[in-house]
Amino acid sequence: MTELAPQETKQILKKFSRKRGNLIPILQKVQGRLGYLPREAMLEIAEFLNIPDIDVYSVVTFYNQFRLTPPGRHSIRVCLGTACHMKGGYITLDAWKRRLAIGRGETTPDREFDLDTVACVGCCTMAPVTVVDDKPQGKVEPTKVDGILLAFEWERGKKTKEGQ
Amino acid sequence: MKIAEMPAIASAFREIKSRAEAHWRELWDSGQPVIMISTATCGRAAGALEVLQTLRGEVKKQNLNCPVIEVGCMGHCYAEPMVIIYKPGYPAICYAHVNPVIAERLVKEFILGDDPCLEFVFGALEENDLVPSLADFPRANYEKKVILKNCGQIDPTEIDHYLANGGYASLAKALQVPAEEIVDEVRRSELRGRGGAGFPTGQKWEICRQAPGKPKYAICNGDEGDPGAFMDRAIMESDPHSVIEGMIIAGYAIGARYGYIYVRAEYPLAVERVQVALRQARKLNLLGKSILDSDFSFDIRLFQGSGAFVCGEETALIASLEGKPGIPYHRPPYPAVKGLYGKPTLFNNVKTLAYIRHIINHGAEWFASIGTERSKGTAVFALAGKVVNTGLAEVPMGTTLRQVIFDVGSGIPGGKRFKAVQIGGPSGGCLPESALDLPIDFDSLSDAGAMMGSGGMVVLDEDDCMVEISRYFLEFTQRESCGKCTPCRLGTKQMLEALDDIVLGQGRIEYLNTLSELAEEVKAGSLCGLGKTAPNPVLTTLRYFRDEYEAHIKEGRCPALMCRELIAYYILPEKCERSCDACVGTCTVEAITPDKKRIKVIDQEKCVKCGTCLDACPPQYNAVIKLSPPSEVPK
Repeated sequence: MTELAPQETKQILKKFSRKRGNLIPILQKVQGRLGYLPREAMLEIAEFLNIPDIDVYSVVTFYNQFRLTPPGRHSIRVCLGTACHMKGGYITLDAWKRRLAIGRGETTPDREFDLDTVACVGCCTMAPVTVVDDKPQGKVEPTKVDGILLAFEWERGKKTKEGQ
Repeated sequence: MKIAEMPAIASAFREIKSRAEAHWRELWDSGQPVIMISTATCGRAAGALEVLQTLRGEVKKQNLNCPVIEVGCMGHCYAEPMVIIYKPGYPAICYAHVNPVIAERLVKEFILGDDPCLEFVFGALEENDLVPSLADFPRANYEKKVILKNCGQIDPTEIDHYLANGGYASLAKALQVPAEEIVDEVRRSELRGRGGAGFPTGQKWEICRQAPGKPKYAICNGDEGDPGAFMDRAIMESDPHSVIEGMIIAGYAIGARYGYIYVRAEYPLAVERVQVALRQARKLNLLGKSILDSDFSFDIRLFQGSGAFVCGEETALIASLEGKPGIPYHRPPYPAVKGLYGKPTLFNNVKTLAYIRHIINHGAEWFASIGTERSKGTAVFALAGKVVNTGLAEVPMGTTLRQVIFDVGSGIPGGKRFKAVQIGGPSGGCLPESALDLPIDFDSLSDAGAMMGSGGMVVLDEDDCMVEISRYFLEFTQRESCGKCTPCRLGTKQMLEALDDIVLGQGRIEYLNTLSELAEEVKAGSLCGLGKTAPNPVLTTLRYFRDEYEAHIKEGRCPALMCRELIAYYILPEKCERSCDACVGTCTVEAITPDKKRIKVIDQEKCVKCGTCLDACPPQYNAVIKLSPPSEVPK
């Protein structure tokens, strides 16, 4: 991925003008394509906008949305909004940590899953919520965590079978 | 407001409107039933997309011709996924908790057959002799829908639906009136900003209008960062054009050329729907150069936030739009005078802008007739937490907290006792039972130590620990503090450490005074709203629930049985049923085993205190309990 980063980034940059105000939209587009923001991409962007490298880095590290490491194939985002927290979102987060054996902000060694938290996705009525691959799922308690993981495993098993 | 009819604008709008109306009528005049399904984020979390797929599949399979339309959120989030069926000869019937199986039956039995499946009915949209209507719900006595009226009734991705329901008429009207009269109308309506601060909107518009400098900007603040609030999300997802229309009118009134709608990154569906709406408006010349053939040009771009709570603060939001870290700067000069790129910039909240079209349409006097002396109009609340009817509620200002929670929200589920309501998000406070009869408006709650804020309301019951909730909010604000002001950066950190100790049972009684002192210092020494209000949850819980803090510190006990370090799960041997293994099977860490008599025992060393066993234990046994402090567990 890192070898391709400069070209991919250049492709995206073609659609933007060299205005500083475009920095965040550019970063969002690049992350959308690459999944994260490798150093090579950030350098490319800094050069394009004619701003110091450190300015790009400071924006990337300021906002929660940007990541500096590659994501897993599936993303797990545990909502920790007020309602989710009070209905046991932290217990759900613990269950994910236990099952995936990774911490908040980490990726499993096989790059299957990455785990993170999100401040609030606004479906407080379905608390506790976990966003699995962009799809918010309501009432995710520890047993449902196991269910979701089982579904992924089953899916994977099916694919391997088809492959054979 | 006197309209000096401008024939060009009026005729341009008439043409757009009549085409939209024809399109809308086509939907209803075909004689076909129409199926609508709520697919806003709350519906999707409940499984609305699967239901939608089933409905579409079934309609196709049965060779039916009836349209299946995606609409927004009606505010009854507790009843999602919701489906509305309009069938000629029947009232419009709303079904709740629809799953794919029910969806299939609805198509087969109601659309194809003639059985309206009364067992799944939630309510009818209008009065009729067949089923009770939503107007018969007790909450209907308190609700007054103004900006939520279209939500869940129209397809947010179809500009024609909006136009056919009176949309953009206010814009056409406004463009035929001098800008200063629009500002005056908004000023006389006494509309106050719905973002939380409650600054008079008309006055802000006037300041921005008078401010020298070009181009001017209008910004819609959709960075709804308060955890537990989702009013703006619902409006942007369900009725995006109402926000856009309000924004164009605002732009016209202050003489702006460009606008930005700033939406949180966590709201991908809102981003998508606003994006679509902007494109459609541009296509019909409601946006862009010479809007409706007038000499007013205005264009709006959508800007996606990147996950920083502090960007809800207007100066931080400006920094973010300029491509910098979202760090607030000193005011004055206020953005209305000197904002984005140093130009006059108008900031309005999503809801504030959604009111504009109604004010222009019905007049300032109509708006000012709703609400209280100093807070006019309605207020939109997001009800969440331990309340039966979670969702959105729009009520006139001055409605009491008790009415909102117990009459609109139907009270606390499971026969539990109400403990507190957390209002206004991380900047607000926790109010106890004694404050429930306060009418809610911008000013009334401040004496009690809270604020109305943007409208997030999280209800807490006897199982919720007040120390834990204040720790939660502080953890949030501490993490989201941008770090510019020392009292906020370090003060919240110190406060959080004290609270962390208390919930672990390691607190000391002098911490309580330290907390109050630090709270005052953080408030006094911070530049922006985040720091100024961050200590509020701690201050209000200390004020109303001091005994809970003391129980944690002095007895190592959590009265609400919530703080995990201070509780233990225990299975009562006399209640445990020998033939039942429900808890053993659900325990996520295999900490429960039967003893010789087949009575289940929890291994306290292995237990992670997730509470799954308590949920799994059948109600007729109810053998699992929580004990605090953990030393209460019999050896």
